[in-house]
Amino acid sequence: MGIENLLLGFHVAITPYNLFVAVVGITLGTIIGVLPGLGGANGVAILLPLTFTMPPTSAIILLTSLYWGALFGGAITSVLFNIPGEPWSVATTFDGYPLARQGLGGQALTAAFTSSFVGAFFSIVLITFFAPLLAEIALKFGPPEFFAIQLLTFSSFVGLGGGSPLKSLVSILLGFILAAVGLDIVTGQLRMTFGLVDLMKGFDFIIAVIGLFGIGEILLSVEEGLSFRSARTGMNLRVVLDTWRILPRYARTFVRGSFIGFWMGFKPGGATPASFMSYAFAKRFSKHPERFGHGELEGVVAPETAAHAAGVAAMLPMLTLGIPGSPTAAVMLGGLIIWGLQPGPLLFKERPEFVWGLIASMYTGNILGVLMVLAFVPFFAAILRIPFAILTPVIVVVCAVGSYAVHSNMIDIWYMVIFGLVGYVFKKLDYPLAPLVLALVLGDLAENALRQSLIMSQGSLAIFVTRPIAGAITAVALLFFALPVLTPWWRRLRGAVVPAQGAS
Amino acid sequence: MKLATALALCLVASSAVPAGAAWEPTKPIEFVVPAGTGGGADQMARLISGIAEKHKLSPRPIIVVNKGGGAGAEGFLDVKGKKGDAHTIIITLSNLFTTPLHTGIPFSWRDLTPLARMALDQFILWVNAETPYKTAKEYVTAVKDKPTSFKMGGTGSAQEDQILTIQLEQALGLKFIYVPFKGGGEVCVNLVGNHVDSTVNNPIECASHWKAGRVRPLAVFDTQRIPVAEWKDIPTVKEALGADVHYVMLRGIFGPPSMPKEAVDWYVAFLKKVYDTPEFQKYLTDGALKPAFATSAEYVKWVEENEQLHKELMAKGGLLKK
Amino acid sequence: MRIADLVTASFLMLLGAIVVFDASRLGVGWSTDGPKSGFFPFWLGVLLIAACAVILVQAARRAGLAPFVTRAQAGPVLKVLWPAVALVVLTQWLGLYVSAGLYTGFYMRWIGRHSWLAVLALAILFPLATFFIFEKWFLVPMPKGPLEAWLGQ
Repeated sequence: MGIENLLLGFHVAITPYNLFVAVVGITLGTIIGVLPGLGGANGVAILLPLTFTMPPTSAIILLTSLYWGALFGGAITSVLFNIPGEPWSVATTFDGYPLARQGLGGQALTAAFTSSFVGAFFSIVLITFFAPLLAEIALKFGPPEFFAIQLLTFSSFVGLGGGSPLKSLVSILLGFILAAVGLDIVTGQLRMTFGLVDLMKGFDFIIAVIGLFGIGEILLSVEEGLSFRSARTGMNLRVVLDTWRILPRYARTFVRGSFIGFWMGFKPGGATPASFMSYAFAKRFSKHPERFGHGELEGVVAPETAAHAAGVAAMLPMLTLGIPGSPTAAVMLGGLIIWGLQPGPLLFKERPEFVWGLIASMYTGNILGVLMVLAFVPFFAAILRIPFAILTPVIVVVCAVGSYAVHSNMIDIWYMVIFGLVGYVFKKLDYPLAPLVLALVLGDLAENALRQSLIMSQGSLAIFVTRPIAGAITAVALLFFALPVLTPWWRRLRGAVVPAQGAS
Repeated sequence: MKLATALALCLVASSAVPAGAAWEPTKPIEFVVPAGTGGGADQMARLISGIAEKHKLSPRPIIVVNKGGGAGAEGFLDVKGKKGDAHTIIITLSNLFTTPLHTGIPFSWRDLTPLARMALDQFILWVNAETPYKTAKEYVTAVKDKPTSFKMGGTGSAQEDQILTIQLEQALGLKFIYVPFKGGGEVCVNLVGNHVDSTVNNPIECASHWKAGRVRPLAVFDTQRIPVAEWKDIPTVKEALGADVHYVMLRGIFGPPSMPKEAVDWYVAFLKKVYDTPEFQKYLTDGALKPAFATSAEYVKWVEENEQLHKELMAKGGLLKK
Repeated sequence: MRIADLVTASFLMLLGAIVVFDASRLGVGWSTDGPKSGFFPFWLGVLLIAACAVILVQAARRAGLAPFVTRAQAGPVLKVLWPAVALVVLTQWLGLYVSAGLYTGFYMRWIGRHSWLAVLALAILFPLATFFIFEKWFLVPMPKGPLEAWLGQ
């Protein structure tokens, strides 16, 4: 295990052809990441038949590089237009977009890319040295544990936003309701479809997000006249270096985000919940939680670090167990079979050059990736200078294309427009959108995990307490739910002992 | 962007236009998968698309589109609506029968134009390798002693895995707790992690865990053993338990309603060429799929029989739409 | 604001009622296998109705001062919204690429008063670029209309 295998891997990954393949993959991946609706999973699936003529190691390097590119690229439109290119970039919009509006788009993008790289690197190192051990831990996670994790993600996030608690509740409920539309896999029944084919596939999260955040934001921002309130941004790479000087301040956020991301990613949990959870923790532990949501750089660092750490960690169950840690990994897994490889625990023994070549390419791919996207930061930031009358139709068309691409269905473009209106109205009436989105992402997963658990226990809720891992996570989650109630009481208690705590 | 085009073109050589039969696709072919990305049907569709690309079997590319909503209802109804279209095909699995029967959507396989049956997928009864059950008999005895305490994991609800579980229960007088999961890979990992006691996974979904010594196959749900290398030592259910419980899953291709005759001929010839490639044959062997190429009358007859079979099985199991 | 709040809350209550109605069809109980299909939707719907009822009462009591949108605000918003809707409607008939070209060109000329040359260039190049990215590289088919059919795509 370890160094000599890794060296073997680098021999494979650093051949000129494989480096070239990585660059192509990252380029295509970044484009896919930028285009909302075309996710990493689609991108990989689309290129899969074309990898057929390549050697398996180069093929997997192409596909994984595409995935890294998508992970990097997802942040670009989140920051610039408030449109998350990928689900895991939703939390990046919360502070990334306000930063861009203040003319700090370059900084936000640099922070996002750098954080992505840090998170990825952390996960790759862990995979290199601890893959088999971590796979064993992942196996301990059954439905009850997954439910506990969903609960924890949710509990860490609720109670963070200000505004009317009643309206937050309505947003959450609406998110869960939308998530429940379509097929209930536990019973195989169709829910809330009313016989309409268009409702059977349910509401795709990415379409809702494109509408609520993207179209909704355009409508909101034109209220003061037909222009974007965008400020000037510098057109050179100075911004990268300047931002790098600030970033070490967020060392703790980097570390926390990496851990959360890796922990959520290495078993099928997902990058999206990881990014939300990391954002929530960053806000909770920040000395200036009030700045979050108004353009705090840390609010970009936290979700991006976690998302990319989770995205990389999702490769681990694929390599060691032959199970997908993410939808993208699921497609890659299919690729392994098509290339004639047997995914699963024996892959490390039977095809070391493949596995270690892939792991080595994670290093090279991410280093290449971060350099490539950083080099383009000034270019991306300059996009905002394009006149409004050109940029608006282009964004709307790209949103429409993205919505259609998800299911190849016309109705999805209508959903996008409707969600756009809902986003606009909700934002004006102070219904928060983030809880709605989170509920939409987690609703399905959480309900399935809960009901699978209850089937296993024949209806007894005790299953969440008697299993040690599930019990521990559930306890932490409940603590977070209770926090809004406990905090004032705790403050009062501490206030009595240590009067007037200072700012630091 | 320009750079990317050039790079993409380097890797992805576009296919030349061969001269050929009377009818040929004149635009890209949409290959609908009524399931999500990454599953067995999706894999086969992408394999076919890749083989076509590699061996230049089709003048236009085959574009795989996933429409898995409502247990495949989305994909079936989409293709049903494309009457007479010569550039759309669909790959089906058992949900061709189960989804209409369970959800009552207005769809039947008779709406589609049958093209070819590519393979049949097997089912195996698996347990965790740490359990003491070396044979199906031992496991079944244990389940019989403690009804409603052994958990059987499977893909989805009112679909093939649950049908098979109910068949087993009724044939042997057992009672499992059936736990539905989203995909076959997830089911097998829950078996490895001891969250369920047994599964009826397809061979390929559990193969690598078996080789790694984490799960144990007890019996094949077919009338004969799988004739491929390491699989041939696994007894059939009939040999192991005396009860004749068998079930195989369709991996077949259909076209939209009233697809033009010339187009049907082209697709049938095309699919035969794909089937005969070494890559496709290797895929069948690796996945322990049953080679079962069939077209026209033979294919229709098989589908008819199996529709009837599913009706009976689902009626017995109480899975029909109420 | 007050009116909009009332309307939104009432609409959401109606939605909640639909959800509750459908959930009761699926069964809202708790069987030995845990909650039935309709259990969660039912309670989500009930809670939604309850929460919206409270919002409704609160909003009704409050004196409405600020309007939801002023006339000055509504203009620009509609100027973005209706062409976008037109784009979607056109897409159904003409396919995405032609509609995107018409929409982009129209918008540039109408709002931005860009020169005809710029309008034409972008209205042709942008859909063409989209076509190559989606149809050719990523093999994602988009809705197509008579023009694409005529060109044999």
